[in-house]
Amino acid sequence: MARDQDGRRRAKNIALAVILAALAALFYLITIVKMSGGGT
Amino acid sequence: MHDRLIALELDPAVAGASEVRDYWLLLKPNVMSLVVFSAAAGLYLAPGRLHPLLMVVAILCIAVAAGAAAAINNSYDADIDRVMARTRRRPTATGRIRPEDALAFGITLACMSIMVMGLALNWVAAAVLALTIAFYVFVYTIWLKRRTPQNIVIGGAAGAFPPIAGWAAVTGDVSLAPIALFLIIFIWTPPHFWALSLDRCEDYARVGVPMLPVVAGADKTRRHILGYTLALLPVSLLPWWLGLAGGLYALAALALGAGFVQFALRLLRDRTHRTAMRTFRYSIVYLFGVFLALVLDKAAHTWGPAW
Repeated sequence: MARDQDGRRRAKNIALAVILAALAALFYLITIVKMSGGGT
Repeated sequence: MHDRLIALELDPAVAGASEVRDYWLLLKPNVMSLVVFSAAAGLYLAPGRLHPLLMVVAILCIAVAAGAAAAINNSYDADIDRVMARTRRRPTATGRIRPEDALAFGITLACMSIMVMGLALNWVAAAVLALTIAFYVFVYTIWLKRRTPQNIVIGGAAGAFPPIAGWAAVTGDVSLAPIALFLIIFIWTPPHFWALSLDRCEDYARVGVPMLPVVAGADKTRRHILGYTLALLPVSLLPWWLGLAGGLYALAALALGAGFVQFALRLLRDRTHRTAMRTFRYSIVYLFGVFLALVLDKAAHTWGPAW
């Protein structure tokens, strides 16, 4: 039971880390696009 | 009738036993596909150019905003979702995600989608996104859903905003053309949901949600469905009339609309649940078809020979 809970918590933490990393990459790319005059 | 129906008493064995997949389901991904498609159509149809990455970001923001509104809706409606057959497997209904966790998740996503839209695209698009979420949560979910059979008529506006958000992401303003796209979805929503609620009437009655078939009866609902499908015919021609689309689109919209009217007429004669569900499924095909026709029409004008 506790091992199950640990597994679920770990999976959620990994998902959160992936989302944060993706967001950081997205902000970086948006900045590049905006700075190069490709934005609106 | 609008009071909270059932006090949520969660089984401690499942309470909080959520998995990543449960959070994904909280966003109602099956509903999101139509939102994303109509928003993408709004982006494509808008005059002006946008960097491909920013187009992806805009669509992502609109999808996340729709998911955020769905998560907040799941949180608020957990009590009735537990009782209805269609919704009782939702993570907040089973207790795998606590309603307060779903609410926090939804608010976080809502704030992020609005902020990113504002910073990466423009603040008009971000404002439309904020309005969409606020309308779905406060006007539809909290105010209308449990109070009036007009819930889906007025509340349906929330689902009609995505093409405006997509358009505003490109142009930075809201003109008549995206409002025509809004009106198509706005008029389409009642017959779409009423066809479904004809099939799930007992479910809605059990939880006291006053959908039209529960309050006014199935026959009146079928007549209303026909009335709205007839109203859709001229409304779906608005993009053509405003010069947003050409003859190719007008023909497709008329053909798809005639199909919808035919389903509504069949529903008047054949009162089975099967016909109600076939009408519901056709309504989805209809909306995809109309927006696809708009996109193809513009593509034909842009890339093909002059029509």
